Amino acid sequence: MTALLDLQGLTKAYPGVVANDDVSFAIQPGEVHALLGENGAGKSTLVKMIYGLVKPDTGQMTLNGAPYTPSEPRAARASGVAMVFQHFSLFEALSVAENIALGMENPPKPRDLAERIRDVSEQYGLPLDPDRLVGDLSAGERQRVEIIRCLLQDPKLLIMDEPTSVLTPQEVEILFHTLRQLSAEGTAILYISHKLEEIRALCDEATILRLGKKVATCTPSEVSAAEMAELMVGKSLSQPARDATEPGDILLHVSGLSVTPATPFGTPLRHIGLEVRAGEVLGIGGVAGNGQDELLAALSGETRVAPGAIELEGQPVGALGPNARRRLGLLCAPEERLGHAAAPDMSLTENAVLTARLRQGLDTNGFVNWRGARGFAQSVIERFDVRTPGTEVAARALSGGNLQKYVIGREILQDPKVLVVNQPTWGVDASAAAAIRQALLDLAQNGAAVIVISQDLDELLEISDRFCALNEGRLGAPRPARGLSMEEIGLMLGGAHDMHDAAEAAS
Amino acid sequence: MLIDPVTLIAALIGASTPILLAAIGELVVEKSGVLNLGVEGMMIIGAVFGFMVAVNTGSPTLGFIMGAVGGAGLSLIFGVLTQILLSNQVATGLALTLFGLGLAALLGEPYAGINPPLTGNLFPSTMADIPVVGPIFFSHDIIVYLSVLLVAAVWSVLTKTRAGLILRAVGESHDAAHALGYKVVRIRLMAIAFGGACAGLGGAYLSLVRVPSWTEGMTAGAGWIALALVVFASWKPWRALIGAYLFGGIAALQLRLQAAEVGVPVALLDASPYLITILVLVLISSDRTRAALNAPAALGKVFHASG
Amino acid sequence: MMRLEKRPTPSRAWIAGAPVLAVFLTMVAGGIMFAALGQAPLEAIRTIFWDPLFSETFASYSRPQLLLKAGPLILIAIGLSLGFRAGIWNIGAEGQYIMGAICGAAFGLALYPSENPLIFPGMIVAGALGGWAWAMIPAVLRARFRTNEILVSLLLVYVAEAILASAATNWLRNPEGSGFPGSRNLSRHPGTDNPELIAGTGMHWGVVAAFIAVILGYILLNRHILGYQIKLAGQAPRAARFAGVNPGRLIFLCLGVSGALAGMAGLFEVAGPAGQISIDFNVGYGFTAIIVAFLGRLHPVGILFAGLLMALTYIGGELAQLMMGVPAPAIQAFQGMLLFFLLALDVLANYRIKWGREAAA
Repeated sequence: MTALLDLQGLTKAYPGVVANDDVSFAIQPGEVHALLGENGAGKSTLVKMIYGLVKPDTGQMTLNGAPYTPSEPRAARASGVAMVFQHFSLFEALSVAENIALGMENPPKPRDLAERIRDVSEQYGLPLDPDRLVGDLSAGERQRVEIIRCLLQDPKLLIMDEPTSVLTPQEVEILFHTLRQLSAEGTAILYISHKLEEIRALCDEATILRLGKKVATCTPSEVSAAEMAELMVGKSLSQPARDATEPGDILLHVSGLSVTPATPFGTPLRHIGLEVRAGEVLGIGGVAGNGQDELLAALSGETRVAPGAIELEGQPVGALGPNARRRLGLLCAPEERLGHAAAPDMSLTENAVLTARLRQGLDTNGFVNWRGARGFAQSVIERFDVRTPGTEVAARALSGGNLQKYVIGREILQDPKVLVVNQPTWGVDASAAAAIRQALLDLAQNGAAVIVISQDLDELLEISDRFCALNEGRLGAPRPARGLSMEEIGLMLGGAHDMHDAAEAAS
Repeated sequence: MLIDPVTLIAALIGASTPILLAAIGELVVEKSGVLNLGVEGMMIIGAVFGFMVAVNTGSPTLGFIMGAVGGAGLSLIFGVLTQILLSNQVATGLALTLFGLGLAALLGEPYAGINPPLTGNLFPSTMADIPVVGPIFFSHDIIVYLSVLLVAAVWSVLTKTRAGLILRAVGESHDAAHALGYKVVRIRLMAIAFGGACAGLGGAYLSLVRVPSWTEGMTAGAGWIALALVVFASWKPWRALIGAYLFGGIAALQLRLQAAEVGVPVALLDASPYLITILVLVLISSDRTRAALNAPAALGKVFHASG
Repeated sequence: MMRLEKRPTPSRAWIAGAPVLAVFLTMVAGGIMFAALGQAPLEAIRTIFWDPLFSETFASYSRPQLLLKAGPLILIAIGLSLGFRAGIWNIGAEGQYIMGAICGAAFGLALYPSENPLIFPGMIVAGALGGWAWAMIPAVLRARFRTNEILVSLLLVYVAEAILASAATNWLRNPEGSGFPGSRNLSRHPGTDNPELIAGTGMHWGVVAAFIAVILGYILLNRHILGYQIKLAGQAPRAARFAGVNPGRLIFLCLGVSGALAGMAGLFEVAGPAGQISIDFNVGYGFTAIIVAFLGRLHPVGILFAGLLMALTYIGGELAQLMMGVPAPAIQAFQGMLLFFLLALDVLANYRIKWGREAAA
């Protein structure tokens, strides 16, 4: 059998980093092939080469036995290669049908297209209304738009980049059902992920990348997740741990918190209530776009709410701004590192002043004490092992993991009473992620209350004492995290109503 | 009766045409996600180019064409700076206006006080003499009709064609468009050049038909009013037409009121078009949700494709 | 094909070097422009940049002009630079300049013919208030209704010009001026005049104010938390809100300061070099100050040098007009070109240029 796609010695270097170094492997027709690796292992660059967004420096690709050198995505699509992106490929203010038409070479007339969208979405159990604006769709529905856009082209190879990071467990099941159906029809799938259990459940073959090099190929169903993890990371990681502590007093109490979104496609928060005690980690799970950003903004003070909706140690703080809340001990670390938690073009010293000015006394009468700021930045760097040439480097020059350690460390070193973090390890390599989780656990151990908002359910189960789910701006009742199964969590995440229809359509 | 509504309507259509042309061009530019604040500069370059060419060749048509070419040429300076050299769009647009005003004054200096060749009406005067309908519909030159056709063309391209869909997509999210393989920079450069050509044509219409002569700084804020019109129109072509005619109506009306010496201070009447533009901007922008929905999401943001 | 590669950290060398290179490139391009106009390019460049300062014949007249013209440019540009850094675009400084001049002059003329020494300080305050109030219009509309301050501040220039016309021809007209437009001469009346403080230098109170503004601007931007917040709001608006910066307060601060400084500049001009309110006493300093602000990298010290350089092009331009018949608008085109080159070179501070076949992906 000739391979559908054969990669030989692909190499791509960027200044200072070799993204792909002599990578070779082959994908057979109808095969579900996993591409496994940490953040920064070179997965993205590799698929960009296959999809024609980046040209390899050296190496060849052959598709169905013929040389394959796509100069642009259009050429890749014409050759039967389609790709579902992790983010950045949908247009919020355009309709589903328009979005799909933009991804096709010769789209049919609008009415015929809408018809075909309905057909394909039914055939593969992915219900979708062609006339809706993409901005109004959930993350899972948006992914369906991308998948259907690809399926309408009858691809021979479908590339999926971290497809499950935005899905609830039930949605993942539906997606896998669709992918198995496609594979049975002869479509090969290149499945990029760092989630080992998924790969074991779905994939026929796996290629593992580390630091741009292919380190192994294996048959996922025949090796354990632990073995694959070690191949991927190159060393075994210590699990975060802490001693059991008795929760203390209630530090943060939220009740009846409702917020109308400021942007057209934002999510409203509806009657959110929660409480966190000293020494406790509360995990808030949920799929992206269900109100995570809005919840963080309401807790940080970027959005003001009714005074009594948020109480810190019994004191109403809902109407206070970010700095007044910081002064009282409520600190936050938002998801977006560059542009929200930190200013990209400012130095680490300047970024220290961003949130630590009040609690660290970095100014007198409004005049900034730059020496003190530098000292504080330096201590964050040292305590949290931030790899940087120095304190005067621009934030954007740091790698994602290092900047995240800096951002989280900046808040932790201010000795918060309550710390709220959103996606603390998103896009961070495994060792940095482990360090960050450990730091959060240590903080709780020392008597702070910690809220972790995350889409990574494994992470939440690992560090939370209690777990609750955020769905369409509503927060479910918390349950002890220990002993929760993925099925139970899936139900809590509550895409249930939507998923029910989908599951029916799929069967 | 003090002011005859029919002649007022006929006059406002002509008075509106320069800003309508500039506004419809800028609308396309902004739909592609680019904010070009240099409309005033491109208009005045169009005005002086058109005037020079028309005077030297005796052909207003050539003047209009070269006015558009001049505006497009100037806009490409903006295009190269913002799209290829990634400069700040606000600052570059301002620079374009300042440079355009200076260059136009320099080029136009020998042309002050000269009369340009006349631009005739499209329809015979017998048709223009039909009561009421004649002055309103048949008493204009070709550019007036062209400007309305242009609005219709822009509307149909934006809403009905794939090219329009791609343009809107680029203005909505350049990253997504890039990921799908669309040439963001090339598409935006074409939109910028189109916007420049429209502004230049509008400028040439000012110097060849509206005034008609060359004076330094003769655009007198028309480019800025065109920018305001795009916001007023919520990026919809037909609403730009309505806005331009409303504005032209006010401009034409205040001139008549000045001539009629009603008891309103001249300074207030002079300032009225600008004041009313501000007022309309306030009314439109205070309606947050709608303005935000129609504005291209990537407007004014710098696009740099990164690996 | 050329492609750009983002630098991890902005290059300090290029931040400082770009304006110098831009000036050089503008001289080259300007020389070509003058050659196209039929002038000797080298002579024109020398007449503009060298003769006003060092020529034996002209320097004695030109040198004082340097401070005289740089003063208002620097004063206005310092104010504008705060807003530009914060992403608040006041481009209507010309209007605020006019309104400051009218209000300040009106205060002085209302007390005419008193020669009380407190009148001039009062005029300065009135001028600053006039400019401030005019800038508050876009500020309130932006903060309250999110109306685009670029368009509003610019459109208000035309409104201010209409008011100026009515002041000069009507309510501030010199009653003893036999019906000619224009107010009484303020600079020739003790009490309302803004005199040259040291003979032969061009130094007047407006220049002093400009120097003070440079120093205060420097302290604000580099030492004070407000300056930090201004920079933060411009670079990363979302991070600024996270840091507790109140966007509305910044709008009022930046537009208010720039309006007040522009108003003061207008008053100093009308009570000094211009002498009276006339229908066209304003010569576009409010617009040129935008170029000064960018050329000076929005940095107070940079603005000081940029203001002096821009003043030099004004004086040199006049000289070139006088001596060589170079048309007056040429200098305006020249200034615009300078801004283009600067913006084009700006890219080098944040990106490296690479030459290669592959387009950046």
